Amino acid sequence: MSLIVKTITRFTVGLVLVYGIFITLQGHVSPGGGFAGGIIITLAFIQLMLAFGQDEVLRKLNQEKGLLLAGIGAILFLVIASRIFLKPQQHSFVAEKHFQLLSAGFLSLSEIAIALMVAAGLFVIFLTLVLLIEEEEKEKK
Amino acid sequence: MIFAAIMAVEIKDLISSVIALSAAGLGLCLAFLILKAPNLAITQLVVEILCVIVLIRGTINKDLPLVKDGRWLFNTIATLFSLAVLLLFSYLALKELPNFGAPLMRVSQEYISTGLEKTGSPNLVTAVALNFRGYDALAEAAIIFTAIIGTLAIARKIGKKDEE
Amino acid sequence: MSLYFLCFILFCVGLYSVLRKRNIIKIIIGLGIMEYAVNLFLILVGYRMHGRAPIFAKDQEILNMVDPLPQAMVLTTIVIGLAVTIIAVSLAIRIYEKYGTFDITKIRSLKG
Repeated sequence: MSLIVKTITRFTVGLVLVYGIFITLQGHVSPGGGFAGGIIITLAFIQLMLAFGQDEVLRKLNQEKGLLLAGIGAILFLVIASRIFLKPQQHSFVAEKHFQLLSAGFLSLSEIAIALMVAAGLFVIFLTLVLLIEEEEKEKK
Repeated sequence: MIFAAIMAVEIKDLISSVIALSAAGLGLCLAFLILKAPNLAITQLVVEILCVIVLIRGTINKDLPLVKDGRWLFNTIATLFSLAVLLLFSYLALKELPNFGAPLMRVSQEYISTGLEKTGSPNLVTAVALNFRGYDALAEAAIIFTAIIGTLAIARKIGKKDEE
Repeated sequence: MSLYFLCFILFCVGLYSVLRKRNIIKIIIGLGIMEYAVNLFLILVGYRMHGRAPIFAKDQEILNMVDPLPQAMVLTTIVIGLAVTIIAVSLAIRIYEKYGTFDITKIRSLKG
């Protein structure tokens, strides 16, 4: 990719990542939620991969690491979702102040787990589809 | 939006029809904003972007010239006739719905009046989707995981079988 | 009333594309259009005239709100549509590798 794209990507990748984390954490106050935040984090990584080529990015983020992160996110969400069997009278501890960040109890934790799983999983899918192009070109040569 | 959808269906070039699909998705996102659903507008916009990325990857240089078969006229007229019958019956059925703008919100009244105290989250849509109807979110996470595993299983290397 | 009917026309455009087109990518595009139409219909049913978005604000009493229940359902449905599209496109890539064409009338040989 050309030099203009690389320079602008250095500025905007961090912004997109922070925006995705912001939408995830503010899911219970503003519109947003876990799913949209996770996909925005995936878009940040896709932009990094499109601008700098795939060899440099694949050195740091393998496919195995991505699958491990997706598995961790899924198990975390399962643990949070099965909290109903532990303490049936205290599902979500509601704090005194209503519009702060940590006021909805387990809702924030489950959103973070969902965002982690969605981001890692969709990144693995993108890596798979891109690596398929590489195999095709190698077989044609 | 209907215009963009018709263009997406009829254009012969594949990349142009994908871009027309993305225009229809953007129209849908604006419609969600007009209907006062900001939660959905964010999700629809972002999912639309990812959908277009995946579709462009699938069609990157694989165009196909359109070849008309015999019996094309009969097939088209039969399809359009059955779609017209479907539209007629749907018009008769859609008259029975409540008027636009006055829904019967029996269950939602309970959610609106007691949602803030029970869950502590001002965003009612997230409270309903993750707390009152939490098992749906669990099933959705399972579906995403199935999509990941399915894609990994389909796109394996085919070189191993041919070498044996 | 006419808004519901227009939504159904959008659904029929997608249905026509799934039934009549011979290119696999056009069929996947038609599937996407049908999914947009169904989501729009569900949100149209739950709209209240002069309603507000279903989010509470600080120190404000909001009485008439749009229905939040279909919105929670459609939130799930949008992500499911994405998952279906991803698997369909990866199947289409695989079919192209094996047969060299996207035409569905030429994909007939089942390897036994």
